Amino acid sequence: MNLEKFHEIEPYGLSKTEKEKIFFDEMLALTEYHASKCNEYNNILCKLGIDINSIKNIEEIPYIPVRLFKMFDLKSITAEEIFKTMTSSGTTGQSVSKIFLSKENTLNQTKTLTHIISSFIGKQRLPLLLLDTEMVKKDRSMFSARGAGIIGFTTFGRNITYALDENMQLDINKVEQFLAEHNDETILMFGYTYMIWQFVVKELEKQNKHFNIKNGILFHIGGWKKLKAEAIDTISYNKRIQCVLGNVHVYNYYGMAEQLGSVFVECEHGHMHCSNYSDIIIRKPQDFSVCPTGERGLIQLLSVLPSSYPGHSILTEDEGIVLGEDDCPCGRKGKYFKILGRIKNAEIRGCSDTYEKH
Amino acid sequence: MKNIEYLIGNDNINVKPLQTFSPEACSFLNELSSVILKSPAARQYPDLSAVAFWCRKANIDKKKSIVNDYSCRLGRGLCFHIAPSNIPVNFAFSFFFSLLSGNANIVRIPSKEFEQVSVLISFIKDVLEKYPAIKERTAFVKYERDNEISESFSMIADARMIWGGDKTIEIMRNLKTKPRCIDITFADRYSICIIDAEKVLSLDDVKLKRLSENFYNDTFLMDQNACSSPQMIYWVNDNEQGRRIFWNAVEKTVKNKYHLQDAVCVDKYTKACEDSIKSGDIIDKIMYDDNYLYRCEIKEIIPNVENLRGKCGYFYEYSLNGFNNLFDVVDSKYQTITYFGIDPEKLLQAVVENKLVGIDRIVPIGKAMDIDAIWDGHNLVAELSRFINIE
Repeated sequence: MNLEKFHEIEPYGLSKTEKEKIFFDEMLALTEYHASKCNEYNNILCKLGIDINSIKNIEEIPYIPVRLFKMFDLKSITAEEIFKTMTSSGTTGQSVSKIFLSKENTLNQTKTLTHIISSFIGKQRLPLLLLDTEMVKKDRSMFSARGAGIIGFTTFGRNITYALDENMQLDINKVEQFLAEHNDETILMFGYTYMIWQFVVKELEKQNKHFNIKNGILFHIGGWKKLKAEAIDTISYNKRIQCVLGNVHVYNYYGMAEQLGSVFVECEHGHMHCSNYSDIIIRKPQDFSVCPTGERGLIQLLSVLPSSYPGHSILTEDEGIVLGEDDCPCGRKGKYFKILGRIKNAEIRGCSDTYEKH
Repeated sequence: MKNIEYLIGNDNINVKPLQTFSPEACSFLNELSSVILKSPAARQYPDLSAVAFWCRKANIDKKKSIVNDYSCRLGRGLCFHIAPSNIPVNFAFSFFFSLLSGNANIVRIPSKEFEQVSVLISFIKDVLEKYPAIKERTAFVKYERDNEISESFSMIADARMIWGGDKTIEIMRNLKTKPRCIDITFADRYSICIIDAEKVLSLDDVKLKRLSENFYNDTFLMDQNACSSPQMIYWVNDNEQGRRIFWNAVEKTVKNKYHLQDAVCVDKYTKACEDSIKSGDIIDKIMYDDNYLYRCEIKEIIPNVENLRGKCGYFYEYSLNGFNNLFDVVDSKYQTITYFGIDPEKLLQAVVENKLVGIDRIVPIGKAMDIDAIWDGHNLVAELSRFINIE
């Protein structure tokens, strides 16, 4: 797939009518491509009676449940073409997604991430403080989404420094030294939502320690489940980060291991944004019909990137709401939305599992 | 003993048997029946009123015919029940069958909380006060899964009723028991439904609606996750219009009654994709208009076709040309056939003539869940009692 036309335009530059045609054409082409290259994907389309030739608009592009990547090895490339295999950082005990990447797919992920992130931070490389341990990079036994996220982000930085040691302890001296070196510069930071909370914010609060960053940008990614349990929302999260770190712009972003690269970034107004590379459709659980703007439902994510595996249109197990399109006060074009978290697990009646453990 | 909660009775249980169909047990059940029926809870929980109807004198009298000469029978002694966790009132049926056999009973109540379970236990407890002979032979216990506790009960039991499928059976069988202890185990089973499509065509609206409600009770009511819930629908005298009329009626009933959880929608769609990949060679197509009802059309039935299983309204269908085709794949996992429009006598005759290793029940659509003293191929009252032979 040639994504040059996407790489050439401003990532949030296309309005609905401008995006519609090129995005749909790309999605349809990907659907046809994966159907011809991936047997499993083609079987799904056949058995479910989906006829590619009758697809007229973006909402009719088929979607596959994200869980399938945990159950099957889905790929549209030969074994020789696999450049790397990525696994999602599943919680302990859960099975993990396996994503097979070609060289081309990997390259496009990097280009896209760069394109999106630099629209927030500019094109120059900034001093980068990674709020994680270097171990995730060193431990190559499993190329996890966490490690990939870290490595992916290093492209934006220089003088790359890891804030946590191998025991996930905050190395305060190291951080202070790093900040002193770059006193007058914009500091870029990156980490995982909960780890930042657990190992940086809470640790600094415990030690009653504050850094005084004059101009910082923090990108963080990851689930909110544990934070919700501690009754922490975006506003209090950002506030407490600023309390311990200083004047820091906090950007949350959302992405799936199944669609790495085309991430969704939360703007200054607290809205998650689709870029030109991606789209979101909210569906009613009962019949998967499309929800109107403002109505909550299941999140379907579309991305033009997945070319080596059929992950260009996936049905997630997250709930969300589309808030609007092209008219966010931040000025970015495209759909903007809110994520509400994972749907509740099913409670099934029936007679199995009696000698249960609760 | 540690961590055992006695909801009824205590650790000092009288293990001396009673007669089978003892007068005390029969009148205890009849009184329990009227207490339940008089309560507002009976109207609120249909499964509670089903318990009450089963316990009525008239019904118990009918059951007496299922054992030959019950006056020559006594209970085996003490029966230990591992009750099913998710079908709320089945612990009570397990208790009743054994009580009628003449046994003392220790019943492990599952820890999952159900309103109707606590109501029923309090009724049983109240009525027991008038029946000291049964009271001193009854204990209802609750404890977290703990093999040590289960073994201590198993070692004093003369019979065990083990519900809950293959895994539970495996665990319980590894515990020590008395040499003469008998186990009645309820393994994982598989059930099917046979419908004559042409007969569906002749139904008027009222009868069609009733059929769809009966089908609903067999399936959706327990999320299609009970051993006796049909997984596969076999159509005889197959007819496209008959099928359509049937499924439309089912869909209407389901939309009226079923609470479709969001996660279940995703699960069913995922299952459809999984089936497309794994079983693409025997599945012709998968049909669904929305997430209430999924139907997989099977191209050919092969051994182990029972591995295809759905939940919460996910069915497999096959157009059957004569029973032999089906009988070729029936194995010991097959439990219930629910039917509409076919002659059950003929089906029974065919099962016997073909000497099948499976199929224990042949019941009309709507009765899949009706538990009774003959269940899963066992005459429970007979097996839980001891027959004294004289010559």
